[in-house]
Amino acid sequence: MAGPVTVPAQTAAPRRRRTRERRSRWLREVGWKYPFAAVVVFYAAFPLVYVLSAALATTGTLTGSTSLFTSISTANFEALGGTLFWVWAVNSVVIGLATAIGSVLMGATAAYAFSRFSFRGRRGGLTALLIAQMFPQMLAFVAIFLLLIALGNVAPVLGLDSKIALICVYLGGALGTNTFLMYGFFNTVPKELDEAAKIDGATHAQIYWTIILRLVTPILAVVGLLSFIGTFGDFILARIILTSQSNWTLAVGMYTWVSSQLNANWGLFAAGSVIASIPVLLLFLGLQKYIVGGLTAGSVKG
Amino acid sequence: MSRQDTIDLTGPIDVEPPLGERGTGESHARRWTGGWGFVAKLTLMALVNAAGVALGWSAYVEGSWGILLGAVAILVVTNWVYFSRRALPLKYLLPGLLFLLVFQLFTIVYTGVVAFTNYGTGHNSTQEQAVDAALIQSERRVEGSETYPLTVVERLGTVGFAIVDGDEVRVGTAESPLAAAPDASVDDAGRASDVPGWDVVAYQRLLEDQALQEEVLELRVPVSDDAEDGSIRTREGTTGAIYLSTLEWDPDAQTMTDTATGVVYRANDDGQFSSDDGETLPVGWRVGVGFENFTRAITDTDYSGPLLRITAWTFSFAILTVATSFLVGLVLALVFNDARVRGRNVLRTLFILPYAFPAFLSALLWQGMLNPNADYGLINDWFFFGAYIPWLTDPWLAKLSIILVNLWLSFPYWFLICTGALQSLPDDVLEAAKIDGAGTWRTWRTIIMPLLLISTTPLLIASFAFNFNNFAIIYLLTGGGPRFPDTSAPLGHTDILISMIYQISGVAGGRADYGLASALSIIVFVIIGTISGLAFRRTRRLEEVL
Repeated sequence: MAGPVTVPAQTAAPRRRRTRERRSRWLREVGWKYPFAAVVVFYAAFPLVYVLSAALATTGTLTGSTSLFTSISTANFEALGGTLFWVWAVNSVVIGLATAIGSVLMGATAAYAFSRFSFRGRRGGLTALLIAQMFPQMLAFVAIFLLLIALGNVAPVLGLDSKIALICVYLGGALGTNTFLMYGFFNTVPKELDEAAKIDGATHAQIYWTIILRLVTPILAVVGLLSFIGTFGDFILARIILTSQSNWTLAVGMYTWVSSQLNANWGLFAAGSVIASIPVLLLFLGLQKYIVGGLTAGSVKG
Repeated sequence: MSRQDTIDLTGPIDVEPPLGERGTGESHARRWTGGWGFVAKLTLMALVNAAGVALGWSAYVEGSWGILLGAVAILVVTNWVYFSRRALPLKYLLPGLLFLLVFQLFTIVYTGVVAFTNYGTGHNSTQEQAVDAALIQSERRVEGSETYPLTVVERLGTVGFAIVDGDEVRVGTAESPLAAAPDASVDDAGRASDVPGWDVVAYQRLLEDQALQEEVLELRVPVSDDAEDGSIRTREGTTGAIYLSTLEWDPDAQTMTDTATGVVYRANDDGQFSSDDGETLPVGWRVGVGFENFTRAITDTDYSGPLLRITAWTFSFAILTVATSFLVGLVLALVFNDARVRGRNVLRTLFILPYAFPAFLSALLWQGMLNPNADYGLINDWFFFGAYIPWLTDPWLAKLSIILVNLWLSFPYWFLICTGALQSLPDDVLEAAKIDGAGTWRTWRTIIMPLLLISTTPLLIASFAFNFNNFAIIYLLTGGGPRFPDTSAPLGHTDILISMIYQISGVAGGRADYGLASALSIIVFVIIGTISGLAFRRTRRLEEVL
């Protein structure tokens, strides 16, 4: 708020007038922003409040679920135990974590190489990565599908319906999307540090693992988190590659609930949504400061 | 390195080769002195080599020469890189690079290759495999032939038949022709009851296990190595008979002759066997078709009309989504980037809730909320007094719904971005403007907005490219519906190009047309590439980054 200026002794009337003026100016310039904020908050939050209410409702159907918090029970959450929900949740987390860790390792080593070594093809390599990054991997899903059929005939673990194959496909996009984010950050670490270590006899591997990686931890966390969230939310590749129910991720599994019997499965869906979104919400809100920095470098959604 | 190019990628980097590589003559990459690091590396390399050899071997067994070549190449390169004393940067780049090459670059190139073929249902494989399939499909039971008592047997998940031929029991599978099983015993009904090395499948189990039943009905066990002898098949699991193909394949003349009717089918350029009457056999093979897929997308009435409308909608969808969410985000950022508003951190957290909620859940959630029946749908019940508004089934309302839902999903992103950009505006410039007497509007129009656009344009374009392929929101919210009434293709009013490609590709089942789908993918690649290329030129971000 604008700090009120201390006014020396004055007669009562102008002071009152001034107070009124100030109040109307405050209303004009600042005050209206609160009701406006309330509208925006309502718009942003009501679907989420609604899904929470539906998750806690006693009935598990969409019918009549339009009033909030009329009944509170954990029936829907318990019903999740009778489905494959937890299997899918574990699949999602495993695939997401594996992809995140792999992406971080690959992106960081590549960024280190580009940032610290000078070698032939470095310039070309960076440009090529930038171009590769422009082409969304999922557009090639037909070719990915055909490639996995061929690989699956040879080694089923790399074929369709294999979580490892899906992780490999995600990792295929890891270098293009993350290297630049990390490269910029690696460049901010002073090279004098490397040189000092080198003079002390450290190898490049020692420098990388013990010095650089510790200094770039924030960007590693951002890349890992973004790639986890991206993988967690991916639908098309998971849908194409994972064909058997027990291999599905949450995105694929929960889609089938709602696509076939929206009304009947509504309670399940709502309860599942709450469980699936709370960790992501907390992570996101807790780390939003860092994520915003990451977002401006590579848009993931929106 | 030449420095003539406009873009200088080398930067101020000047690193000498590490000490370990100088003078000593032995790379640390091969030294035991590396300690645990070296042991770890050796173990990893052993694992990689083992996996690579295993993959290469089974590729060899399967006859997948492409994969064999790939596996060998990867093994050679990996071993060279990690045991060489040169190639230091590659040691760091290789893992990511390999994944990038196989799962991104190769698939893009392969998309291009498939786009020029007729790959899809009916044209799935090589001519050799198509011939085999045609021969199998045209198998008929030999008229008046003998039937053999038959038992279904199983070994390690492979199902086979054991038949009694005279006094001899013979066993075989789809892969291995019938061979005598000397020590087998025969029960009273005359069927094999115990076959050494095989588990006899009880008839009761065959009746109960649907999947096994189907497998048994599909199974054909060759009588001998000679295909002319035909194969054993069964209709009910207790007796088998010899089936022979009514087609005869002549590899030299490239013809299939139907022995029953005498019709000759010739291999043609379209990857099919066709008779003189223009009749074709159902199984074909893959051949190059040039630009046919591209022309078909434009001229085939099933696709051309929808393609035009879908392209127009894809562009409007992407542009409208970016424009609306950017504007809303910008306005919010401007309004709440004000130090006098209290609790801005709380507000910010509340504003970005939709963005932090996983997008696939949002789409499904909104699908439920937009249900037209007010008893179900929250939107109609709360905001439209329970009116029946078909949000997702009317063509225009469905489009509007998608835009609004996507606005809900993505305005927080732009709010965050714009807030960040506003806060990083240089204060002195704004102050100077104020001193020069510029009003709020003037400052906004000539200083804030241009500076803001410089930093957000690359993101606007990236966001456009993202939404251009925003499959999840379309597929999960409307499924592309409502369907176009005037085409037999499974396409609808809210389909965008990527969901159209998905529908006609057949990867989700149904009739597959990989060729056409890939051709459309290539078109979208070109669009995205052009837009991104323009983006880079517009913002010259390349120079900043590199």
